[in-house]
Amino acid sequence: MKTRRRSSLFHRGEPFVWLTGGALVLSVFMIVGLLVIVVYQGMGTFWPGDLVRLELSDGSAVMGELVQEETYQPQPHVLKPLTKLQRAAIAQAGGSVRRHQLRTGNFDVTNTHFKWVSDFDVSQTSRPKWALLLERVEYGRFYGIPAAFVVDGKEIATDPAAVIAKLDRYHGESRERAKQIRRIGEEQAGANDRERGAQRARTEAEFEHGIDSAEWRRADEHYESVQQAVAKQALALNRKSAELGRQNRRFKLRMKTADDAPKDIVAADIVRYYTPNRLGFVEKLGIYSSRWGEFLLDDPREANSEGGVWPAIIGTLVMTLVMSVLVVPFGVLAALYLREYAKQGLLTSIVRIAVNNLAGVPSIVFGVFGLGFFCYIVGTSVDGLFYAADAADGNPTFGKGGLMWASLTLALLTLPVVIVATEEALAAVPNSMREGSLACGASKWQTIRRIVLPRAAPGIMTGMILAVARGAGEVAPLMLVGAVKLAPKLPIDASFPFVHPSRSFMHLGFHIYDLGFQSQNSQAARPMVFTTTLLLIGIVVALNITAVWVRARLRKAHKG
Amino acid sequence: MRQQTNRPWSTSRFVSEDEPAGTPTTEAASGVFQAVERGLAFETAVHDALRSEDAVVEITGFNLWYGDKQALFGCAMIVPRGKVTALIGPSGCGKSTLLRCVNRMNDLVATVRTSGAMTLTGDPIYDPGTDVIELRKRIGMVFQKPNPFPMSIYENVVYSLRIDGVRSRSVLNDVVETTLKGVGLWGEVHDRLSDSALRLSGGQQQRLCIARAIAGEPDVLLLDEPCSALDPIATQRVEELIQTLKGRYSILMVTHNMQQAARASDYTAFMYLGRLVEFGPTEEMFLKPKLTETEDYITGRFG
Ligand SMILES: Nc1ncnc2c1ncn2[C@@H]1O[C@H](COP(=O)(O)OP(=O)(O)OP(=O)(O)O)[C@@H](O)[C@H]1O
Ligand SMILES: [Mg+2]
Repeated sequence: MKTRRRSSLFHRGEPFVWLTGGALVLSVFMIVGLLVIVVYQGMGTFWPGDLVRLELSDGSAVMGELVQEETYQPQPHVLKPLTKLQRAAIAQAGGSVRRHQLRTGNFDVTNTHFKWVSDFDVSQTSRPKWALLLERVEYGRFYGIPAAFVVDGKEIATDPAAVIAKLDRYHGESRERAKQIRRIGEEQAGANDRERGAQRARTEAEFEHGIDSAEWRRADEHYESVQQAVAKQALALNRKSAELGRQNRRFKLRMKTADDAPKDIVAADIVRYYTPNRLGFVEKLGIYSSRWGEFLLDDPREANSEGGVWPAIIGTLVMTLVMSVLVVPFGVLAALYLREYAKQGLLTSIVRIAVNNLAGVPSIVFGVFGLGFFCYIVGTSVDGLFYAADAADGNPTFGKGGLMWASLTLALLTLPVVIVATEEALAAVPNSMREGSLACGASKWQTIRRIVLPRAAPGIMTGMILAVARGAGEVAPLMLVGAVKLAPKLPIDASFPFVHPSRSFMHLGFHIYDLGFQSQNSQAARPMVFTTTLLLIGIVVALNITAVWVRARLRKAHKG
Repeated sequence: MRQQTNRPWSTSRFVSEDEPAGTPTTEAASGVFQAVERGLAFETAVHDALRSEDAVVEITGFNLWYGDKQALFGCAMIVPRGKVTALIGPSGCGKSTLLRCVNRMNDLVATVRTSGAMTLTGDPIYDPGTDVIELRKRIGMVFQKPNPFPMSIYENVVYSLRIDGVRSRSVLNDVVETTLKGVGLWGEVHDRLSDSALRLSGGQQQRLCIARAIAGEPDVLLLDEPCSALDPIATQRVEELIQTLKGRYSILMVTHNMQQAARASDYTAFMYLGRLVEFGPTEEMFLKPKLTETEDYITGRFG
């Protein structure tokens, strides 16, 4: 008798449950792993660690924060000068040695920010109670012991506690003066802008009416009066600024490095100071949050490796929003034509394939296109029409990278995502809806606007979410079309027209690249790389959550 | 009432174009199915009572092709004013196709070609100059599966007014109230007009779709198996609704349910393989049809 053959394991499909589950687990694992690294490293950056002072076997001493430690196998020539005892200890440990990396700061004294110290080199470890950490406006951190507080060249305090008390007393007003000096600088820059504007008006008058025409003469007179006013103002501002600077130089903190070398630091140059070894958890938490606050809300300092990323946050947000505003309507219209109006056939298939392939073009190619087409061709023509005088001065307005061109370039880059998602959303709208509307005597456009688009809106939002995530994280094309290391002005401000499409801007993605790979001191900046990455991910997640929330509301409005 | 004598079937224009010319037309008699299956021409058996009816829609010698495949062959019939006309026939015989031709929904199918003529209160439906949108505004249509729009009950009812740009709240409110009362839905939904229509039950949805179709005061109402997705109770309510709409509206309704045709309709047309076989008052069709084939189908001996 013939029995029915049992279906094999393969046919029953159990292996596929494992295969699919395994694939999911693997991808979740990788994503979560990446996030954990970024969050762990990024969150830890601002935590104030203890300061350790290490006395080395050669008699010198170093002080700083422990950054990392590792085990390595020393080369023979390193072992040679060691004592027998040390060598025996190393041999017992299998020939490997632990070493610690110390952030030693004091770049202006030592020309280095970090130092590796092997265990066998350390003769004594201590945590000096009064070890003081200074975050400075220039040259990064300074680690040392307070020796004295100096006013007008006289030491008015020498006991560490008293020195810090004096620093507490004078630091605030010194910083206030420094801020005033910066504001004076901005005022001066504004005055210079005014003068340049008057000069440009004169040049324009010359362009249009010729030199010595009535218009030119009027503009010239105006320019001259502005010039005089600005010069007078500059004199006053200079005097004020010099006075403030002189005041600030009166107050100095005298520090001793781990090696007992003295160093004077102007109080006004200190951004933040604290004695980590004396701080409790709550005080450390205070410093931690104050650093986060500075990071989120301040301008960058020291080639971006210190200070905040506020301009980059604003730049990223504005660029992403402008990009969405450009790409969503454009992509939705294109998808509407493709799905609702165009006769389906070979041509639409070719268009679809082309759009999909556009998504596979390397993003740097879009950057090159944006630079060549938007900046050089379109931008230069716009300049020729509206900003001829400036452009002639070699000072292009739109003929260079800027917010507008960067947003357009990224809009182009993310267009396929929006088109594909919209097309799918449109295809998912049941035909019975369209027929019902058309049967009511609605035109095709009315049907699209009143029935199809509202139904497809959540799907379109999905496309937008994907586009935003892609666009906000993109760096390569931005380097060509408008993102800069340090932008003098934000792309949005309170002056008309509020959003300034021609301005170059800072961007978190570019900031990360710049910190991690372009800065001279990329090791000191590495914690900032993680923190900035964390921030960028946070912003993308925040944008997405907003969009998902809007989508959920749309869904609810259209479902039962 | 207009007395029409020149009925579409009095002219012999229902010979399909791909039939060889000169094929002898067999008078309504037995062997109609075989004749149809062999591709022979024949004449629709029309009952005399129709000659005195006033036609809202008039269909003359209408053929339709889906690509190369012909789906309608020389169809000729009328939709009498203020009456309910049922279209019956086995699945795939072209009932929906014929119905959808009246408001030119078949224009949406790219491969469709037609020949022959239709008129709506005397105005040509298939003229190059016909404005399809204006035409559809004069015709209400209800589909097999309820398809309320994803918006509020209120907006569903006034959809056809909205697309005409009617803004006045009082006008819209009046239309919503009278129309919903007309379909017997007012009592059930008057306190939740702004709720999503998709939250209604299937039967309520279908009555809402009928409300939507009649809100624009159409000349003719097309119903394509309006009850086939509903349970018996909801079906009964829709049937009762059709009875109340009769008189005010001229209704052309496709149905698979013989009892429904018998209960709800004044006239019945029987279709077979794209041809209109017999057309007459429902009572006569069910009690003493001219053709045995009609009797066989109605009594369930066939199809
Ligand atoms: N869009 C289309 N393209 C090609 N052929 C079609 C199309 N729609 C219908 N047909 C064909 O036309 C014929 C008539 O279809 P129709 O839908 O009018 O039948 P029906 O009488 O409504 O059937 P049912 O009672 O099952 O609804 C069928 O043979 C069907 O296959
Ligand atoms: Mg049908």
